[in-house]
Amino acid sequence: MTVPTQKPARKLTMQQRYAALTHDLDWDPTYVAEEEIYPFTTFEGIKVHDWSKWEDPFRLTVEAYNKYQAEKDRRLYAVLDGFAQSQGQLSLTEGRYMNAMKIFLQGIPSGEYQAHRNFSHLARYFNGPGARFASLCQSMDELRHAQTEIHTLSHYNKYFGGMHDWNKMSDRVWYLSVPKSFFDDAGTAGPFEWLIAIGFSFEYLLTNLLFVPFMSGAAFNGDLPTMTFGFSAQSDESRHMTLGLEGIKFMLEQDEDNLPIVQAWLDKWFWRGYRLIALVAGMMDYMLPKRVMSWKEAFELYFEEQMLNGLFKDLEYYGIKPPRHVQWAIDEKEILSHQVYWVLYQFSHAAAFTTTIPNEEDQAWLESAYPETWPVFKSVVWDKAQRVVDSGGRYFNPGLPQLCQICQIPMGFTEPGNPLVQCQRHSIYEGERYDFCSDGCQWIFDREPEKYVQAWLPVHQIYQGNCGGPTLPDVAVWYGLEPGDAGEYIGSMDHQDWLKWHASSIKEG
Amino acid sequence: MSVVAAPRPVGVDLQENEETRAIVEAIEADNDDLTVRHMPGIVRLTKEGQLVINQESVEGRLGRPWETHEFQLAMISYFGEFVEWDDDRIVIAWKH
Ligand SMILES: [Fe+2]
Ligand SMILES: [Fe+2]
Repeated sequence: MTVPTQKPARKLTMQQRYAALTHDLDWDPTYVAEEEIYPFTTFEGIKVHDWSKWEDPFRLTVEAYNKYQAEKDRRLYAVLDGFAQSQGQLSLTEGRYMNAMKIFLQGIPSGEYQAHRNFSHLARYFNGPGARFASLCQSMDELRHAQTEIHTLSHYNKYFGGMHDWNKMSDRVWYLSVPKSFFDDAGTAGPFEWLIAIGFSFEYLLTNLLFVPFMSGAAFNGDLPTMTFGFSAQSDESRHMTLGLEGIKFMLEQDEDNLPIVQAWLDKWFWRGYRLIALVAGMMDYMLPKRVMSWKEAFELYFEEQMLNGLFKDLEYYGIKPPRHVQWAIDEKEILSHQVYWVLYQFSHAAAFTTTIPNEEDQAWLESAYPETWPVFKSVVWDKAQRVVDSGGRYFNPGLPQLCQICQIPMGFTEPGNPLVQCQRHSIYEGERYDFCSDGCQWIFDREPEKYVQAWLPVHQIYQGNCGGPTLPDVAVWYGLEPGDAGEYIGSMDHQDWLKWHASSIKEG
Repeated sequence: MSVVAAPRPVGVDLQENEETRAIVEAIEADNDDLTVRHMPGIVRLTKEGQLVINQESVEGRLGRPWETHEFQLAMISYFGEFVEWDDDRIVIAWKH
């Protein structure tokens, strides 16, 4: 009897493994129409002729994905353990640093969870296996981000105020409607618009501005856990950026008719994302006791240099132009953080963080980072706030601010070229007036007014009686605020605790 | 319509730790005129045109087998496009 000779199986290359274990698992439906299986990929007007053209340069398989994600989590949780064991919170630069992390915890994990849900929708409903698998990976990543952020910051919740009800707060508190409405807006769009909104405009264009300088700032301020989860999440981000970039290129390559649709989405979502991360500008320049770089420098490095001079030159090939309101963003880079932090300062009596006037060291840094604009803001705003403090008070704005109908940030931005004149735009729709902080937000409204008239604006909701009652204490209870969460940092419970911990360590040491 | 791609910078931000030191050294050895910038926790590598990461160079410095997939553990961000990601090398460049 002869035995057939068998060659030993050759190891597949990365390319072959990916093809065999991702694309080859797909099949063409025979007894159900394709539109019935994938009913959401036509109504937005995007034309796709060949889904097999979708490229995923990472060439991940389920096995490789699990292996590397498990390793990332192992590394992160080892750091979290060590930090908790060694009472790491005591070696932060200053107690007030934690305010930046409170805003992060209140605003970001719910956004990650929204991203998880919507990418899992894409993972089911995109017609092509390459796009589905990349979306599935991102969906699992985003769940991991939400979980690791909550785990990481839960350690600080034992020692600092403002972190106990982040989930309820993200649904209710005024400044947290900024990220919430952003994700609600994207999640109620179709799958292709979601991909341009989150995958491309947020992940590829802007997310570096949120994570990289911020996590480097965490490293600089002794916040090892935040640095570690940030970099761990950011390592997934490279895949997400790639999904966004492949997504936009796929749409542009599939049909010329897709260009104007994609351009309009890009124009809209650049501005939505840019306004969202304005909060980061205020946190970076004013809330980190030690800074790595200014908002302005980060914007120049991670947006102007990489995106405008790199990416958009590449996309020019397809007929894509830089985002419609990009010049406005460039013009604002010198003043954005000053304006945002001033809003946070004057309304922090109704917030789950505390603020304080920049101290001498902060002021010297601000002066060197913003030699043109800081002196102006200092004299117009901070010198006055200081005089109130010197006479034993603390300035809080006694009213409720008007919010922009689109970005939902209080109207504190100014006219281009004139940082002392508040910018206000409005449109009339069906006899009602709607107000906006900028040309960008007004343009977004005018394209889809029927969507944005439905916005849940925190200040309107208070006036309509939907937020626990008519007075600020009523609203604070409804927000879930507890004593010590809000107001001025100097003399706050966090501040007193911080001094106490360090006084006793000096005595014992 | 065709636009000729002038060489523009591409780059990658890596975690600055013991694990990635070998990768950074390999990239420095294989890419002329590399610009290196250090920030807390981050090392940022940029270069005009294209940036190459070779498996062989990394393995030589690590002293153990290294799959190019592992590059994901080191990477914080990048700009450019992954024009190639194979068993033996990764290339970042702009396509147009
Ligand atoms: Fe995420
Ligand atoms: Fe706005």
